[in-house]
Amino acid sequence: MTKMVTVDENPIDSFIRVDRIPHIWCAGCGIGPATGCFIRAIGRAEINQDKISVVSGIGCTGRVAGYVKLDSFHTTHGRAIPFATGLKLGNPELNVVVFSGDGDLVAIGGNHLIHSARRNIDMTVICINNFNYGMTGGQMGATTPLDARSTTSPYGNFEYPFNLPYLVAASGATYVARWTVLHVRELEKSIAEALIKPGFSFIEVISPCPTVYGRQNKLPRGLDEMRSYQERSIIRDGADPKDAELSLDGLIVVGKFVDIDRPTLWDCYQQVLERARKQRKL
Amino acid sequence: MPQENILCGEFFMNGDTACAEGAISAGCRFFAGYPITPATEVAERMAERLPQLGGVFIQMEDEIASMNAILGASWAGVKAMTATSGPGFSLMMENLGLGVMLETPCVVVNVQRAGPSTGLPTFVAQGDMMQARWGAHGHYEIVALVPDSPQEMFDLTIVAFNLSEKYRIPVLLMADEAVGHMSEKVVIPRVTPEDLVDRPRPKVAPEEYLPYDSKKGLVPPMAIAGEGYRFHVTGLTHDDRGYPSMTAEAQDKLVRRLVDKIRLNAKDIIRYEEADVEDAEVIVVSYGISARIARYAAQQARDEGMRVGFLRLITVWPFADERIKELASKVKAFVVPEINYGQIVREVERCAAGKARARLVPHMGGGVHLPETILEAIREEVR
Repeated sequence: MTKMVTVDENPIDSFIRVDRIPHIWCAGCGIGPATGCFIRAIGRAEINQDKISVVSGIGCTGRVAGYVKLDSFHTTHGRAIPFATGLKLGNPELNVVVFSGDGDLVAIGGNHLIHSARRNIDMTVICINNFNYGMTGGQMGATTPLDARSTTSPYGNFEYPFNLPYLVAASGATYVARWTVLHVRELEKSIAEALIKPGFSFIEVISPCPTVYGRQNKLPRGLDEMRSYQERSIIRDGADPKDAELSLDGLIVVGKFVDIDRPTLWDCYQQVLERARKQRKL
Repeated sequence: MPQENILCGEFFMNGDTACAEGAISAGCRFFAGYPITPATEVAERMAERLPQLGGVFIQMEDEIASMNAILGASWAGVKAMTATSGPGFSLMMENLGLGVMLETPCVVVNVQRAGPSTGLPTFVAQGDMMQARWGAHGHYEIVALVPDSPQEMFDLTIVAFNLSEKYRIPVLLMADEAVGHMSEKVVIPRVTPEDLVDRPRPKVAPEEYLPYDSKKGLVPPMAIAGEGYRFHVTGLTHDDRGYPSMTAEAQDKLVRRLVDKIRLNAKDIIRYEEADVEDAEVIVVSYGISARIARYAAQQARDEGMRVGFLRLITVWPFADERIKELASKVKAFVVPEINYGQIVREVERCAAGKARARLVPHMGGGVHLPETILEAIREEVR
């Protein structure tokens, strides 16, 4: 005889605004699993939770800030990174995490993304890439694969997408990884590494959006997309991000691509001030 | 903090520099900006001065980023400012609205130049006065101060910070190219902590803290990041907990409070100065650089025997409704010189409500009025 079990508590409840549950995400969406990885990564990284600030922009992933029980900011579309830049420079002791979607971070906010990577500001950016604008009903964007269908590319997308790890690595990020939400353990470990890594860390998380992206691209259930990740993914740590381009149904190269050391924005700022003091210019 | 680096004494400096020094005296320790004529000197001064005071200057990739960065810094507990001109001011509008919605203290300086678009980058105008009032979407109230001299660039920057902290709002300093670039004597007093206002801070334990506790009055206490309050704030319509609340009721409650905290405190916020209004039959109403010429024209009219008064708006938003209404019942006309084709004159006209005429003396920008132009308008209205 099966016994009915009611779960009153979850080990990660203390990180969640449980009074806001149920969340708004669709069944089969990958943002929830990715948020779970983030929360477990905080525990794994053993950092002071009171010093973590989560900043999100607009869109489905933009809602992450509202569900985590941390100092959290739900800002405007595309502007999570510059808001986070002010937070970090206002108090360098904060551990600042930007958690947002591909449309938010890469399309409307693309300029801020490359400039913050260039500065190597100490910040972790988690980018859920579901290849489309989910919140507004499935439009194409800067990450939509060539030929993919969307409500604004009804005959197929005729634009090339960004290869995010390549873009961000070229811009100067010191930690760059890509995982799918199928790779929960790798993703959790990767986020934990990024949280304690000084400098600009960027993690792309390939994530299903069955309701609007999958449905338009012959992957109508979350499981269909997950299965396709299983079939198409290949782990290549240390791969050249240039070779990690994504397509509609080709290989998904995942792994940790970049993990290098370079002085952060704050390090450089302090070095310059120190030199000026020695030269009695400051 | 190396306080000895804060200036004190008499200086000969331009308005932009005085603005930067005012910010420093006000306790501003974060500046994010993007170069733009004629406001660049504010950024240049801050880039030099903030590192001397343990503060941070950062040049962002654009004005959108600059506006967001000062909001972020303010939530980290630092007094923050940006400075720009028309094109950059346009780019800042969406996130000025975010500042209003999150109730974030900060100061935004607009050293106005002539537009629309790129316009006359190096020449004066006052064409952004209505943009200052209504530039971001949605219904809100804003506070805008208008300096008429380098001295006021200093003084009003401090007032701007104090108002921003007191009411948890972005405050606009609506300067202009002439005031920003002219050099005059600026007296910098020793500013003491008693002269400065800090945002209301929570006194309750984190588990009892509500970021937008409307029971705490119109201006709820503000936690800052990293102190353990674990708060959430959002640009969405939200409830007292800071949680999104997608209802007309939540919208009603929130927008009323955001507007009322300024409307109901208008007396505390509104500043103006007057001369010779008691017996006046015509009053010249002006602001910023235009007011300096208008004052001269009004004096000339007095010398010619006309009963002319002068009113300079120092706070333009919220508008000095009550005072203009009072004066409207005593005078024949208001003469309103401004460097645009009619913006603040509409406010004067609204308050005059048909009791007195409101006569615009426009200038399209690129220069300032000739006193004779204003004097001629005064003569016609007195007649």
